[in-house]
Amino acid sequence: MASAVAYDGARNAGVSVPVAHGGPAPKRIVTGFGFWIFLLSDIVMFSCFFAAYAVLVGETGDGPSGKQLFNLGSVAVETGCLLLSSFTCGIASIAAEERSYFWFQLAMAVTCVFGLAFLWIEFREFADLIARGNGPTRSAFLSGFFALVGCHGGHVSAGILWLLTMMAQVFAKGFRADIRRRLLCFALFWHALDIIWVAVFSVVYLLGSAA
Amino acid sequence: MSNVQHHHQTDLAPGDEEHTSVAQRVLGYFVGLGLAILFTIISFSIAGTNLVWQPSIPVAIIVLAIAQMGIHLVFFLHITTGPDNTNNVMALGFGLLIVVLVVGGSLWIMANLNRNMMPMDQLMQMQR
Repeated sequence: MASAVAYDGARNAGVSVPVAHGGPAPKRIVTGFGFWIFLLSDIVMFSCFFAAYAVLVGETGDGPSGKQLFNLGSVAVETGCLLLSSFTCGIASIAAEERSYFWFQLAMAVTCVFGLAFLWIEFREFADLIARGNGPTRSAFLSGFFALVGCHGGHVSAGILWLLTMMAQVFAKGFRADIRRRLLCFALFWHALDIIWVAVFSVVYLLGSAA
Repeated sequence: MSNVQHHHQTDLAPGDEEHTSVAQRVLGYFVGLGLAILFTIISFSIAGTNLVWQPSIPVAIIVLAIAQMGIHLVFFLHITTGPDNTNNVMALGFGLLIVVLVVGGSLWIMANLNRNMMPMDQLMQMQR
């Protein structure tokens, strides 16, 4: 009690107090910030793949260039799927904050469907390229392409597994504080994947088709 | 319980926004979605057009991509310039610094090597 009075007195007197707002930050902020740091490190890792792709984009050897391979129509559909899934993921976040079980599960299910549609189109594109002999071993350009786009696709696959476990956790345990912290991290992860996809479709597909 | 309430003197977790009504928050996501769709459509239509000076197209695509990433950050991830978001923005700024160094540095060094290295066929001639 006495120390609390002394603390207040020190603040009122304008003496600088080392701890800004009294005690450590709430767990939700600590967890969210930590996951934000992880996401930024993930983006730095992606930047290495982007750098490798950008350096190797002209090294097609005797293989085809991006302009001959890319089908912008299917890339546009992929982009729409991922963008809409990012939107429904945001709706699921709001539903979780409002403890609306029905809207949460519905929005997460729609997010899952859009994510799976994205993965399916990407898988078809990869399978088609490899079937025509344009696999990652054909040229340095195609190695960089498969590494970069495949790395993003791998992240989306992991995100869908995480999404399904979050639906199951809310089903089994409800909107507990720890479950909502995990939901916060999942939403950050899913939105970050969409940001990386913006860079992928711009740098790989649009620049590849324009140049 | 106290985790949910956002007081102005505390920070915001990345992804969290100020507590407003549900309608306002849903509207925020709709605005973000609309702007992102708009930028995506412009990007895709500019990539195949003959209407503009061709060398400007790659620059326009990069600028539009950066703008769209900003839209995603603000409307979906709720990373803003507010005082309760300082730590999140500082971390983002440091991440971007590394990204620029990695991508820009790689392109610069490799382009420089490409320019200064003898073409491969001449190199092979010399070794004969």
